Amino acid sequence: MRKTYRFTCIICPLGCSVEVEVEDGKVLEVRGHTCPRGKEWAVQEVISPKRVVMTVIPVENGALPTVSVKTSEPVPKEKIPELMRFLAGIKVKAPVNIGDVVAEWNGVKIVATRGA
Amino acid sequence: MMKPFPEVPMLSYDVVVIGGGPAGMASAIKAKELGLKVLLLDENDYLGGILPQCIHPGFGIHYFKEELTGPEFASRLAKRLVELGVEYRTSARVLEIRNYSDLEKFVLFTSPAGIYGVWAKAIIYAAGARERHAFEIGIVGDRVSGIYTAGEAQTLMDIYGVLPGKGIVIVGSGDVGLIMARRFSLEGAKVKAVIELMPYPGGLARNVMILRDFNIPLYLSHKVVEVRGKGRVERVKVVKVDKNLKEIPGSEFWIEADTLVISAGLVPAVKKLKKIGVEIDPATAGPVVNDRLETSVPGIFVAGNSLVINDLVDYVAEQGELAAEGAKEFIENSGTESRKWIKVERGENVRLVVPHYLSGERDVYLYLRVLKPMEDVELRIPEIGKRLKLLVVKPAEMIRLKLKAEEIRNAEKLTVEVTGA
Repeated sequence: MRKTYRFTCIICPLGCSVEVEVEDGKVLEVRGHTCPRGKEWAVQEVISPKRVVMTVIPVENGALPTVSVKTSEPVPKEKIPELMRFLAGIKVKAPVNIGDVVAEWNGVKIVATRGA
Repeated sequence: MMKPFPEVPMLSYDVVVIGGGPAGMASAIKAKELGLKVLLLDENDYLGGILPQCIHPGFGIHYFKEELTGPEFASRLAKRLVELGVEYRTSARVLEIRNYSDLEKFVLFTSPAGIYGVWAKAIIYAAGARERHAFEIGIVGDRVSGIYTAGEAQTLMDIYGVLPGKGIVIVGSGDVGLIMARRFSLEGAKVKAVIELMPYPGGLARNVMILRDFNIPLYLSHKVVEVRGKGRVERVKVVKVDKNLKEIPGSEFWIEADTLVISAGLVPAVKKLKKIGVEIDPATAGPVVNDRLETSVPGIFVAGNSLVINDLVDYVAEQGELAAEGAKEFIENSGTESRKWIKVERGENVRLVVPHYLSGERDVYLYLRVLKPMEDVELRIPEIGKRLKLLVVKPAEMIRLKLKAEEIRNAEKLTVEVTGA
């Protein structure tokens, strides 16, 4: 089945309207992009979109009650709910420094972005 | 000279920086590097302003040449501040600013250590902005809990780890609202709708994409007019508007929700500046400034969201540095030299532009926003024959334009316009 996906490209502030035409999981055509990075991004968005995920986790004895964390790399979008359930179970103790790896999930590092 | 508050301990500095967010920290760092004796004051109990609660990536691409989260951006500046030995006080709330003469400014502040007065030769005001609240955008109804501004909801969630509600309606599709839509969704709350008054989304494209990621309905040309509930928000009334933003009778519908989040824009927090007579530009709601970011009161400088609402922290930090250079020059010259200023005026499809006056002696960045989204346009300054093609312009995306001193030196005034090519 043929399907057309429409995006506003987020690679740069131009915000091109990009269309990706897909049939049976194969990209047939990309239209509307004005640079190769935009094309690559749009194809990635259709085939396997990925996101950096951020949340906060409780910290014991910190100046603030939480530290913020992010994934060290973008993770597949469909895995995000599973990752969030994993992150909901994590707690840490102060001191925590920015850049500390507080956990690992399927090979993805969970990195502190705020100290405590 | 009159001595105010004889019983209050007095401190003395070259420059006082009010606000410890990115603009304030960047300016305090720059001021110290330029050899000034500087004191930074922030009313919060930690430095960074709103950055520590902006836990998403996307900061620093221009300023640090790498992509950081908000807390990481803030900690880089804080680290530099401490390395340089910049004096700062947190939980320090400024009560009053007084301007006695060009080189005699006075700041009164409270702190856990007591009340203090500070004498300074210049002030850099970087106190950020405040959020528009429900009453300002005409939402009526029951007095219930569960109504937050986006920034309040962000503090609750991303500093204190408290989810503000389970079924959420967001008013406004600006960046903060969209970013909160993602955070609510990630943490398991249901974002029922984002309601936008204008016929186009208010945020950057990368943030509008969040709506698709989490299947959040966006209602363009709609507004929330009423909130109902017993003790807590239970439902909100939404109505469609026409192209003149007038409510269309009969288009009302209700959405059930326990939380209403207002993301209806920011307003520069400049009350204390107005009190000492600083001239305000109605277009930015911030001070009128020259190319050193000096306000109409000599020796009072402004940077960041107190100057103009920015969408990139990188520009905020850049403005902080510029204000510090201005303060240094001001103190060295014992005031601002009188000169003929080149006035910058708003032309077609330009909603705001800063700075307002240029000396023509230095290169300058103009920061501007358009009135309405357009494609294939030209940014023009006819007086100097400047033309710049732009494929897309949107009110949500600030345009930054560098002008060289030699381009503008001989101009009487500059009119900035964005029109069809």
